[in-house]
Amino acid sequence: MSAVPTRPLTLPFFRDRHFRDRGEFHPAGSGYSLLPFRFLRSDDRECLVNECGEYLLVPLGTAARIVHRQIDCESGLYADLCAKQFISDGRYKTDIDLLATKVRSKRRAALRPTQLHIFVLTLRCDHSCHYCQVSRQSTASHEFDMDEQTANRAIDVMLESPAQHLTVELQGGEPTLVPQRIEQIITAVKERASVSGRSLSFVVTTNLANLTPDLLTLFRNESVHVSTSLDGPAFIHNANRPRPGANSHDLACEGINRCIAELGPGSVSALMTTTQLSLRHPVEIVNEYVRRSLHTIFLRPLSPYGFATKTAARTGYFGTQYLAFFKAALDRIIDVNLSGYSLTEIYSRILLTKLLTPVGTGYVDLQSPAGAGFGVLVYNYDGDVYLSDEGRMLAEMGDKTMRIGNVRDHSRRDLLRSSRFSEMVEAWCNESLPGCSDCAFQLYCGADPVFNYATQGDIVGHRPTNEFCKRNMAIISHLLNLIETGGDDVRRILWSWVVPKAPAHDPELVQT
Amino acid sequence: MGALAEIVGTATWEALPPSKRPGHILLTSTMGMSDCAGYAAVVADAGTVHHPVGSDAPVPLFQIDGVRELRDGHILAATPRTGVVRVLYRPESRHNVLFATEMCNSNCLMCSQPPKNHDDREALLERNLAVLRLIQDHPPQLTITGGEPTLLDDGLTSLLSVIRDRLPNTHVHVLTNGRRFAERHFVQQVAGVRHPDVTWAVPLYADVPWIHDHVVQSDGAFAETLRGLHNLALWKQRVEIRAVLQAHTIKRLSKLAEFVQRNLTFAEHVAFMGLEHTGFAVGNLPELWSDPADYQRELQQAATLLANAGMSVSIYNLQLCVLDRSLWPFARRSISDWKNVYDSACSNCAVVSNCCGFFEWNLKKHSRVFGPIASTA
Repeated sequence: MSAVPTRPLTLPFFRDRHFRDRGEFHPAGSGYSLLPFRFLRSDDRECLVNECGEYLLVPLGTAARIVHRQIDCESGLYADLCAKQFISDGRYKTDIDLLATKVRSKRRAALRPTQLHIFVLTLRCDHSCHYCQVSRQSTASHEFDMDEQTANRAIDVMLESPAQHLTVELQGGEPTLVPQRIEQIITAVKERASVSGRSLSFVVTTNLANLTPDLLTLFRNESVHVSTSLDGPAFIHNANRPRPGANSHDLACEGINRCIAELGPGSVSALMTTTQLSLRHPVEIVNEYVRRSLHTIFLRPLSPYGFATKTAARTGYFGTQYLAFFKAALDRIIDVNLSGYSLTEIYSRILLTKLLTPVGTGYVDLQSPAGAGFGVLVYNYDGDVYLSDEGRMLAEMGDKTMRIGNVRDHSRRDLLRSSRFSEMVEAWCNESLPGCSDCAFQLYCGADPVFNYATQGDIVGHRPTNEFCKRNMAIISHLLNLIETGGDDVRRILWSWVVPKAPAHDPELVQT
Repeated sequence: MGALAEIVGTATWEALPPSKRPGHILLTSTMGMSDCAGYAAVVADAGTVHHPVGSDAPVPLFQIDGVRELRDGHILAATPRTGVVRVLYRPESRHNVLFATEMCNSNCLMCSQPPKNHDDREALLERNLAVLRLIQDHPPQLTITGGEPTLLDDGLTSLLSVIRDRLPNTHVHVLTNGRRFAERHFVQQVAGVRHPDVTWAVPLYADVPWIHDHVVQSDGAFAETLRGLHNLALWKQRVEIRAVLQAHTIKRLSKLAEFVQRNLTFAEHVAFMGLEHTGFAVGNLPELWSDPADYQRELQQAATLLANAGMSVSIYNLQLCVLDRSLWPFARRSISDWKNVYDSACSNCAVVSNCCGFFEWNLKKHSRVFGPIASTA
């Protein structure tokens, strides 16, 4: 084999080996170009965020100085702006292809076709939670159960999704009241999805009050993930989630223990729904999660659907009170972590992934384009298909606006071409929503047309009074603040939520 | 190039039967060239008297100091024109290197292997292929370095192919500035070898081009290297990032770390490297030297940021006594055995066995906080 290179390289590379000093490599400075970015002003500083999610916290007035070409090229700020791709130096122009790669990476997760498929197996439930977003039916009436044919048709529609990975979430009401349906669906999906070689995850959302040994066996054999509610210690949990016997908390804890023991520690996760009562006890709620050996907690706000609005007096919808609760709970969670107990807050994890890493997330409630209909589909017990769980809840309140069809009559293609879905698509990208299109936090946030419709009467929404907006802006600002000023240990904890435990260090690597 | 430009062979102290002699170089500390026919060469002690080397000598004879340091199995290169004998490969070493070329398309201020313009690529490729043919053991790792190995073009592809076929269990570590990988056809060519275990170790000295280009003394280097890195990622190549710790790179070290975390997520490892006081670094030392005691905070921020983000991080060439304790988990015994020494003071140190020690040529200039550690309590 010839050793001579096929393409001549220009030699010599250096005529002499005289060293050039830094002055010869100076950036051009004054003629820099702007790359796309947005900014936000708070009381004491500005936050600049660019098109691939890189951010800079800077003194007030900086955005204007950047635009007016007043940044000194000798400054650290100039270097930061170039390195993070907010500006392009005249001499050292930004590699647009590299920026494009980052922009693409950021958005890729939101563009995956429907991965999450929610099956509502029944509307029956033994609980009557105050914030329940589903109509309650007594546990006797089977007319509100999903029958076998409907389940099969829903599976047909699900399998039309080109997604390589499918998450099947079995919900209700209380799905464990129809164990035969759970088993049927899991079996059918496994068999049919294996043909196309797709990977699957199964989740059952349950209050754990009817956990039979048979169900546990099924969950173990099929690696089903159990998602349950734990609103806090008994006095909060039972007050929020009444059932005959007023023992929801006992049953939930017992259920959690049994899942941990028989299915493994990572098999069960809990989330909490915040009510007026919860608001006063952030620390106790977090402590309860630790007591139950749970390592994730999801601080969910009350969503304005279903029984929540009817029982508004009891539960109440709140903005600033929730934020105070969130901050206090998060502080306590961080303290718990600092003491050595691993506890991840899920909502923060989602936001931190968007803030700190070059990738996006697939969390359907916080993305653009909105997850509704595109990232998730909901198959109701009667075969009606909804864009999201919230859309279904609206239907239970009498408003079927978010219903896009029925599995008996429509294929997935039909559903995604329905006029309902097409209308919603008009408002599903926050890049083009009023208020959002100029917002610095656009990439960290998302669009939720169903929420806008339910709370404000139209899918576009009115940003200045929109609770989704207020909540996310406040939480994002709070997290940014924590990252910047929280200190090394807090940063380490926050990062640990974003990144799974790093593998052990490689054996010694050597150099010459 | 003549037939006797360079002789490459495996060293043997033991006399071999004639059939086994080709490809072997006989080592001897005594006289006696009576029965040498068939060996590629003979290497003897410089002090002994020998028959004059003439056209009737059975094989080329080399006389050197230190023949006793050579061992069976060492692969040697002996050059008749100069009488020089080099060790190219040591089976007992963990740090074997294939030297690709002295040429380089960069001219780094601190280069430990100052580049030359003489085109030695063909000769060195031949030498390296000869070495690869002679390796009998299964080295866990081989490093390819220079100069700049990617200047070999097709030669690099050949080298990797031969290693892939002859040494399938050997990890190949290539030290390269990565600039030529900005050319996609070249990445494709190299990736096409489908070597199962290669890592490309690429230096990056700043998050902004003007600092990096100044350090490597070449316009456009930063842009090319970044493109190269992205192309390597596109072709699913494994990448490691290295940053030498010197005055120019230390100022924005944590920004560099963040840059790697945000832009080079595909990198599997980041190494922060203490400065080696040899080559160009010697003449440029006044400009480059920064006492490790003065940059621990920057190093800590940079290493922690990357470690938090899940990146594998190492610190090379810095002694434990000059490193903040929080950084000890990242310290590695990184210095190649043949240039690794310890100061006499180190014999009193409680952690010397975990410490990388020094480059031979670094002993002259210590950090002000250098000194044996009494105990790790």
